Amino acid sequence: MIVENFKNLGAAAIASSVHAGDASPSDMIRASFQRAREIGAGPDQLNIFLHSDEGASLEEADRVRERLERAPDVGLLAGVPVAIKDNIASLGLPTTCGSRILAGYVSPFEATAVTRLRANGALIVAKTNMDEFAMGSSTENSAYGPTRNPHDVRCVPGGSSGGSAAAVAAGITPIALGSETGGSVRQPAAFCGVVGVKPTYGRVSRYGLVAFASSLDQIGVLGRTVDDAALALETISGFDRMDSTSSDAKVPIYRLSALGGTAPDPQNPDNEAIRLGRSPVPVPPPPGATTLRGVIIGKAKEYFPDSLDASTRTLCERALDRFRSMGATIRNISLPRSPLAIPVYYILAPAEASSNLARFDGVRYGLRVDPGKGLKAMYEATRSQGFGPEVTRRVLLGTYVLSAGYYDAYYKKAQAVRTLIADDFRSVFASGVHAIFTPTTPTPAFPVGAISDPYEMYLNDIFTVTANLAGVPAISVPIGRVRHLPVGGQIITAHFDEYTMFRVAYALEAGLGAQAHQ
Amino acid sequence: MSRERYEMVVGLEVHVQLKTRTKAFCGCSTDFGAAPNVNTCPVCLALPGALPVLNEKAVELATRAALGLGCRVNPVSIFARKNYFYPDLPKGYQISQFDQPLATGGSVVIGKNEKGSDVQIGITRLHMEEDAGKSIHDRYPGATAIDLNRAGVPLIEIVSEPDIRTSAGAGAYLRTLKQILQYLDVSDVSMEEGSLRVDANISVRPPGQSKLGTKTEVKNMNSFSAVERALEAEFERQCALLDSGGKVEQQTLLWDGARETVRPSRTKEGSHDYRYFPEPDLRPLIVDEKWISDARTHLPELPEARKQRLAQEFAVSPTEVEQLTATPALSDYFEAVARASGDGKAAYNWVMGEVLAALHPSGGDIAQFRVRPADLAELLNLVRDGTISHTAGKRVFAQMVESGKQAAQVAADEGLLQVGDESAIATWVDEVLSEHPEEARRYLAGEKKLQGVLVGFVMKKSKGRADPKRVNQLLSTRGG
Repeated sequence: MIVENFKNLGAAAIASSVHAGDASPSDMIRASFQRAREIGAGPDQLNIFLHSDEGASLEEADRVRERLERAPDVGLLAGVPVAIKDNIASLGLPTTCGSRILAGYVSPFEATAVTRLRANGALIVAKTNMDEFAMGSSTENSAYGPTRNPHDVRCVPGGSSGGSAAAVAAGITPIALGSETGGSVRQPAAFCGVVGVKPTYGRVSRYGLVAFASSLDQIGVLGRTVDDAALALETISGFDRMDSTSSDAKVPIYRLSALGGTAPDPQNPDNEAIRLGRSPVPVPPPPGATTLRGVIIGKAKEYFPDSLDASTRTLCERALDRFRSMGATIRNISLPRSPLAIPVYYILAPAEASSNLARFDGVRYGLRVDPGKGLKAMYEATRSQGFGPEVTRRVLLGTYVLSAGYYDAYYKKAQAVRTLIADDFRSVFASGVHAIFTPTTPTPAFPVGAISDPYEMYLNDIFTVTANLAGVPAISVPIGRVRHLPVGGQIITAHFDEYTMFRVAYALEAGLGAQAHQ
Repeated sequence: MSRERYEMVVGLEVHVQLKTRTKAFCGCSTDFGAAPNVNTCPVCLALPGALPVLNEKAVELATRAALGLGCRVNPVSIFARKNYFYPDLPKGYQISQFDQPLATGGSVVIGKNEKGSDVQIGITRLHMEEDAGKSIHDRYPGATAIDLNRAGVPLIEIVSEPDIRTSAGAGAYLRTLKQILQYLDVSDVSMEEGSLRVDANISVRPPGQSKLGTKTEVKNMNSFSAVERALEAEFERQCALLDSGGKVEQQTLLWDGARETVRPSRTKEGSHDYRYFPEPDLRPLIVDEKWISDARTHLPELPEARKQRLAQEFAVSPTEVEQLTATPALSDYFEAVARASGDGKAAYNWVMGEVLAALHPSGGDIAQFRVRPADLAELLNLVRDGTISHTAGKRVFAQMVESGKQAAQVAADEGLLQVGDESAIATWVDEVLSEHPEEARRYLAGEKKLQGVLVGFVMKKSKGRADPKRVNQLLSTRGG
């Protein structure tokens, strides 16, 4: 059966039509692959997919269909095609992190987030392209070539989760998993005109996410709409005993589009959302979801510098007006230490990366280049040939800042400043501000090859990296376009307050309506 | 001799494998001797995306060890990554603890000095870490094989203060430490199986000088006596070097047991920069006060306390009690026998004599010994109340070891129950006197010293069953 208008269907709509029996899970897979062919997701065009296997996805769809026949409570995402960033371990398809050093590597275990998606009936369509080991802001650092922005093939989709953002923007899947260390979900979401969420640090298990900088990494979600993202995040959130840094804080219900009929998730018994989702009666929207009366939104001056792209500024002001018209109060605030975030980030993240990437040594798995001149030569050849220039640069930088004699001046000092940056957020939220609004990026998407200076590239993360350093949740929502290129606005809330973040995001999306993509 | 002009200053780093069922950060078994790479999983193989989860039992044992060594257990300690590349280190870093260890500031008493006061060795710190795998260089020609069964096994590292002044002192410290850890039941502490490993830091200085000399680190000792010999060899080397106007260079040396000498390690350990930083995959380890005080309350009895108690309760001498408390299993056994028999002296004699002799050939574990303390106590009671003779007792014990039967049963089966019946003994005495007319004549004529010989004849005739006291009484009446 042909699924009409597949590229515009939200995850909730897909799941409910599958639950209702209007379409089968395999119809959804066929529609997704059809859309991928239509838009040119292949390596010589948009280059969104690194690995996919339509046959295997169809078999998985059949298994979901059988589950539905046995018991209708398959889950929130029954038959929903999803794309997974290639640094998140999956069974079946390879997990290469966009790197040559892991070419062909297939993980023998699966990330907890992927397991939870599948337990809820989601169907994996592809592993998506990314900057090698998530290091980059344009998906140009992939060993397998750059991904192109579906809105303009001359432009980058952002990164590092560029493939996942492009898959959603291109209408191949309504939701995708990405990963964040300094903005790698929100920045490509902004560039591709989709919704991207970085949850609170600890909200989603990192088990199976190939580590870049462990204290900053979080799996995030991309969705065509706020509802898609809310649905996806609810499904994957919650404590996991395989990740000591995951939180056992209760997961509230985020989405407005609650569906009836879900299966209990044995991996995630505390997920209130999933329990509530079993009710055949749709859960009503949280009170005030369509109004923002009483909500205080902070406008942080450090995020609207003079250098900000003028069109981006205009779109942000329009969004702030929309908040006001829905009853919110806009308060000018300051996060004075935020301008220090980029240097702090580029000390801490490479430091952790230099250690996390040590395991790619040619001994147990992945690429091994052995010139036959002993162990050291094997290490050097494997890692020089296996890693691209950006990964090499960060490993060297990280090794340097952790070295004896430099540790206190760099790593230790950066940790101290990180604490100050987080304190800024804490005091703003303690002062009664419910959410902070900022542009997601300083500019819209730039042309492929336009930025060759690494530092200039790093500045792409200037508005997003603070949420990673502070550990707070943040979402990027489309707020309009500059010419044909999307622009994103960012909503940041306090630790584990994804509920308010989604509430404000839903309101903004509804308030902007069609303007969000104009 | 040059060495008299110098004093040896030694500190020891002891790695001890904790007795857990599973590894420090994953659920893999810690079994020793499994086929290579069988006890592994994504976590201890360092597959991409795997994360460590701390084994609570390891924390419990490490805490117990720290408390037993008189350390202060820090309410918050931090795991840190020690970064270096080696094929048997799968992650490229070892999870250890660095500037905030689990415990600090303990001590161990290793004996008394000539003035009779305690010789105490300070413990700087005790921290938790994981073991690396094993590199096997001699199995495949031209290649090194890696076995990761041991990778991730929980260890504690116990670092002493540089308080040790002689090689014998080092040996005494290690034996004391091992004994304490055995009593605490936290480790198998076997150097042969690698569950206890020792590295020594040694420097020399003129006696009276407080500043420490440049130290070297000596590794690769496979026994306590090897540690002592290695320290002697390195002491000699450093003294000779200084005497000849040279300087000690900070370096890592390997003990070569075959040549009885130290040689420089091929890898320059000193040049390593481990780039320690806090392990971001694990939260700070928080050990709450109540947990610590519970652990302290439930601490097993330590060797010194056990010695004092046994000496008091069972009237054994200090030397005897030293022997009896060598291992917790031996002293447990002794105590059970002594308690059940109510006779500490006999228990000591039997345990240190017959029991150890019977155990020795098999190299057996006394905890698994066939003759259980209650059975031995029963035998001791039979001997004491005269049901069987001491000589017969030894035969009964041998039978018990062999058959696993109870003492009374063996004595009855073997016909070893002592005969106290006057008429039976009188018959044996009469027979002996008539069979040995010469001795009988002399004895009856008043040569009293022959009584022992005659008793011996009677005992032999009765196959040990006659009660020697009765025989003596009877002979005396005849003689009198």
